[in-house]
Amino acid sequence: MIVVRLKPLPEIREMVACHRRVLVVGCNTCAAVSLAGGEKEVETLVQALGLAASFEPGDTTFSGDVITRQCEPEFVAALDTAGYDAILSMGCGAGVAFIAENSELPVYPALDTMFIGTARGFGAWQAECSACGSCVLGETAGICPVTRCAKGIMNGPCGGVKDGVCELGDRDCAWVLIHDRLERQGRNDLVCTIEEPKDNSAKTLCPEWDATKKPGDTR
Amino acid sequence: MSLREAIESGRFAVTSEVGPPKGIDITEMLASAELLRGRVDALNVTDNQAAVMRLSTLAACVHLKLAGFEPVLQVTGRDRNRLAIQSDLLGAASFGITTVLALTGDHVVTGDHKQARAVFDLESVQILGAIEALNHGHDMSGNELHGTPEFFPGAVVTPDSVPLAPQLAKFDKKIAAGARYFQTQAVYDIDAFDGFMRHARGLGAKVLAGIVVLRSARMARFMNKNIPGIAVPASIIAELERAEDPEQTGIDIAARFIEQSRAICDGVHIMAVGAEHLVPRILDAANLSEVVA
Repeated sequence: MIVVRLKPLPEIREMVACHRRVLVVGCNTCAAVSLAGGEKEVETLVQALGLAASFEPGDTTFSGDVITRQCEPEFVAALDTAGYDAILSMGCGAGVAFIAENSELPVYPALDTMFIGTARGFGAWQAECSACGSCVLGETAGICPVTRCAKGIMNGPCGGVKDGVCELGDRDCAWVLIHDRLERQGRNDLVCTIEEPKDNSAKTLCPEWDATKKPGDTR
Repeated sequence: MSLREAIESGRFAVTSEVGPPKGIDITEMLASAELLRGRVDALNVTDNQAAVMRLSTLAACVHLKLAGFEPVLQVTGRDRNRLAIQSDLLGAASFGITTVLALTGDHVVTGDHKQARAVFDLESVQILGAIEALNHGHDMSGNELHGTPEFFPGAVVTPDSVPLAPQLAKFDKKIAAGARYFQTQAVYDIDAFDGFMRHARGLGAKVLAGIVVLRSARMARFMNKNIPGIAVPASIIAELERAEDPEQTGIDIAARFIEQSRAICDGVHIMAVGAEHLVPRILDAANLSEVVA
């Protein structure tokens, strides 16, 4: 899933300060599971913004709505924005972009999009994938070095690892984990395979995915 | 005799390092180097060490070369992508700077420009691969070069890394990728280092033992706690604790390690960390005064 995080309230308020009728739109898929853009979070943000606005001059109102997925045409088309002068999206970056593409109104992000990750207990997620466009998980025991190594190293731990912890101190060393799991799986040979520099064009040349086109096809 | 000749001929090599300044006044850097003239084979020039922005390593290498030293160009993957790395390497070779050291580099968030984008398009093993390609007369994409450089590429290893197996696997990859010599993280336990050297010898690797002179028991404890891959044995900390003159004791400890290491490795790399003035005293104490021509 896409893991998202609510922006600080002052930052959100400043973005929409020049508007008077703001529609806050939640997204009931990833953002809801991220506990940042579901029905409850929309309601809370509408109340918080309304309360903050009540202390300011002018008459600004905030209303809420939630759609199933902000990244799909059928759900975005059903969004009723009549009477509003701005939209505050509580979806990921794709949701913000897609609503903006399908609306005449200015659209603002209430969330920051963090990563593609997995749930690790209530209110905790872990980054697992960087959408690099050339997956190596088969060789790295299912642990992504591009994502989980702070330096995206493809060939083993750097000298900064201390007792299995990354030099940044906030995560396990991906390469120690990879090494341990490969060993448990009896695939030690992969530990010694030199990984060539990544083909970054796999990502650069894929700005959109269309099953009828090849990556790199020009318009 | 160049560092390459020393290492390849089997003569015990001595290297140290200097850090480029933050700014353009190179007086201090050259003065630090001057303290080591005639006592070391080559001087590493750090590349925005600890992710702290400084004068470029290539420019500093040129200054040192012009002053008659052999610089070792440190090349990290943190700040440059594969185009910039290859192009800087060619630039270095055009000045006759061909002794290089490939590193991944400390992460930008450990430095003084924490908001910078960390590049890491290539890491140490892949930088060695890029150097290998240039040495064969073509770039990483296979395009032919006009004029082929002759780099002598090295890499680093942390013999006391915990856990050790992944570090050793990477060490093996660096050898396979073309590393012709290694500098180690600071080592203090000669028996543990001997164990590592048996592994290295089995692979034919040339290794310069990393030396950081301890100036107090407090410094030793600090390093054990904060610097990854450093393990100062309790007996050495006790020795510093008992010392009347801890600086002299630190020098003696370093010299003793160097003397013991002469039988098991190919040289030493002394990281002075701001105490370049102590390096000649360490070398004197280790009877290494006549080794370097």
